[in-house]
Amino acid sequence: MSVSYTHLAFTIFGIVPLIGVLVLSFSSWTGLTQNVPFSGLDSWKSVLTDPGLPHALWITFLIMALSWLAQTPLSILIGVFIAGHQRYRAVLAVLFFIPLLLSQAAIAITYKMLLDPNFGLGASLGWGFLQQDWLGEGKLAIGVIIFVVSWQWIPFHSLIYQGGVRQIPTAMYEAAEIDGAGRVRKFFSITLPQLKYTIITSSTLMVVGSLTFFDLIWVLTAGGPADATRALAVDMYVRGFRSGLMGPASAIAVILVLLGLGLALLVRRLGGRDAAESQLEGI
Amino acid sequence: MKRRNFLSLTAGAAAATGLAEETACGNSGPADTTTGGGSGGGDAATYWFLSGPPGEPIRQGAVDRFNKANSGNQIKVTTFQNDTYKDKLKTAIGAGQAPSIIWGWGGGGLKSYVDAGQVDDLTDWFAQNAAVKNKLFPASFGPATVDGKIYAMPAETVQPIIVLYNKEAFEKAGVAAPPQTWSELMSILPKFNDKGIAPFSLAGQSRWTNMMWLEMLFDRIGGPEVFNNAYDGQKDAWSNPAALDALGKIQELINAKGFVKGFSSVTADSNADQALLYRGKAAMELHGSWSYGIIKSDGGNFIKDGKLGFASFPAVDGGKGDPTNVYGNAGQFLSISSKATDKQKETAKKFFASMLDDTEQQGWIDSGGVPIVQGSNAKLASSPDKDFLNFIYDVSSKAKNFGQSWDQALSPSSAETLLQNISKLFQLQISPQQFATNMNATIGK
Repeated sequence: MSVSYTHLAFTIFGIVPLIGVLVLSFSSWTGLTQNVPFSGLDSWKSVLTDPGLPHALWITFLIMALSWLAQTPLSILIGVFIAGHQRYRAVLAVLFFIPLLLSQAAIAITYKMLLDPNFGLGASLGWGFLQQDWLGEGKLAIGVIIFVVSWQWIPFHSLIYQGGVRQIPTAMYEAAEIDGAGRVRKFFSITLPQLKYTIITSSTLMVVGSLTFFDLIWVLTAGGPADATRALAVDMYVRGFRSGLMGPASAIAVILVLLGLGLALLVRRLGGRDAAESQLEGI
Repeated sequence: MKRRNFLSLTAGAAAATGLAEETACGNSGPADTTTGGGSGGGDAATYWFLSGPPGEPIRQGAVDRFNKANSGNQIKVTTFQNDTYKDKLKTAIGAGQAPSIIWGWGGGGLKSYVDAGQVDDLTDWFAQNAAVKNKLFPASFGPATVDGKIYAMPAETVQPIIVLYNKEAFEKAGVAAPPQTWSELMSILPKFNDKGIAPFSLAGQSRWTNMMWLEMLFDRIGGPEVFNNAYDGQKDAWSNPAALDALGKIQELINAKGFVKGFSSVTADSNADQALLYRGKAAMELHGSWSYGIIKSDGGNFIKDGKLGFASFPAVDGGKGDPTNVYGNAGQFLSISSKATDKQKETAKKFFASMLDDTEQQGWIDSGGVPIVQGSNAKLASSPDKDFLNFIYDVSSKAKNFGQSWDQALSPSSAETLLQNISKLFQLQISPQQFATNMNATIGK
């Protein structure tokens, strides 16, 4: 039975913790005792009435939307570019790939140092433009997070698009060329429509993945300044591990899981119901 | 065993999504000898503490000497970095895998362990071993005491909050001495700013650094009772006129460019705030006395060349608080896990009695700290840092009131709310009045 191992792993690492979180969300556990005191809906009430929750949701969606907008067009363009078989493109593809090899925490520490208002790049080079208080002003800090996220993940999504582009039958391009289509026309009329499912895959990963941005934000800003970058995952961590309120933290974890599932389904829907429909009709 | 494993899972689950790994690490502590109830193999007591200089070698040395002298009672050490330690310890305690000796900060954190029944009451032990107790600063027992009972052994050094300043920067700006009063402090700000030197360095992202300003201002304006009333749960305690005055003064200081540009993205863990001071980008800093050790190790010849000055926090004109009052850490606090075996507890107590021997005291003095031992100032004279150390000894021993850092005194959840509001206050996102309203809402919770 090939399913057994997968099922077992999924149950242990996926289902069991989920149930644990659900159970804990009805408790007032501090994380310090061996027995878990249950308190009914108290944690949920305190989370749902806390003005911090809509704020954290807003920050989460802001980061999600902006990082999608920043990553998708660039990833498609780079993906199309490195899908070419020329040797220099293969070399560049390897270079583009480098940020993906670094750990998020290491990237965050590096950027934090580079952006330091007193000892960072701006102060050392003396370039006025770089001498902003990058992580000390709410809007700039969000911008920095989007930038760093994009810097790290565009290579990954480019790779997905590269694969997608290489799947497109060359016959289509040949036919288009005979019809006199130029580069731009070919891109918009063939490449982009053919990448529809790749875009859905990549977007699902981006959107759901952005819910879990924690380490990056934690190292860069710790949710600050004040609460300007306090996304849901950060909010959950602070409540659970700093404030010792495991109940409310678990409630937020449940909300995160539901959001992730909902968004994944939504993105699939946007791609059209008939996923089985052929994109290669007539070929 | 079963129960513990289940809890480990649920603790991991609480972190869900991206955090699962982190908690998993939290549970897989090396506490293999402290499996609750003593089902484990070895009977050595386990002891976790913070890594890094200057503390680590001194703590390790104390353990090594103890292990050598007591072949029947052994202590096994594991070290951690500051930020990871706090989270890991909490997770380990919750999972019943706490070390036998719990190294901590006392106060609200200790109270939460007491409430959870995780640490032993040491009151009787101190009564039987009066010599151990009488050796130490009486003030150091404040944060070790919960509801009149002592739950921790005070240890290591006393760390008051003081003003450190760069004498060279003062010369450049033509300022003779550090400010004695708040109005003087406000009046010298432009002199520094005109020379391109920030008056005060501040690691604002860490938030507790901002809190130190409020601790001192609250006390200078209204005395220790202003915060104590809030701590005791008095209704609307944060709306005290002295509190509102202090909160307003801080925002005035921020508006007058009192702090270094970009302070809200500077973190204390990277010691960038001290670097601003010794590199002359900032003239002063309000910080814990441990900064001295940091500047000594990172600041090159800054201290050797006599460029570092130190002073007490200025008085506030017309303020009610005694100007000798100070805040800070009255020591470190070692508790004994209630889950440890009898043998481990015995070892821990023996170890407590052996702590702060002459060698350890000398170690702390050499690192630029004042041990919490009465009369330790007699040992300071031979130290190259004697000026600073005597200053710290005087500040600490002569203080009318040695207050504990607010975030250590409060319960973890109130502390987090406080820090959150402090960072908004320093961002000028909320007014003093809103701060008071937000904090009043936490009273009685």
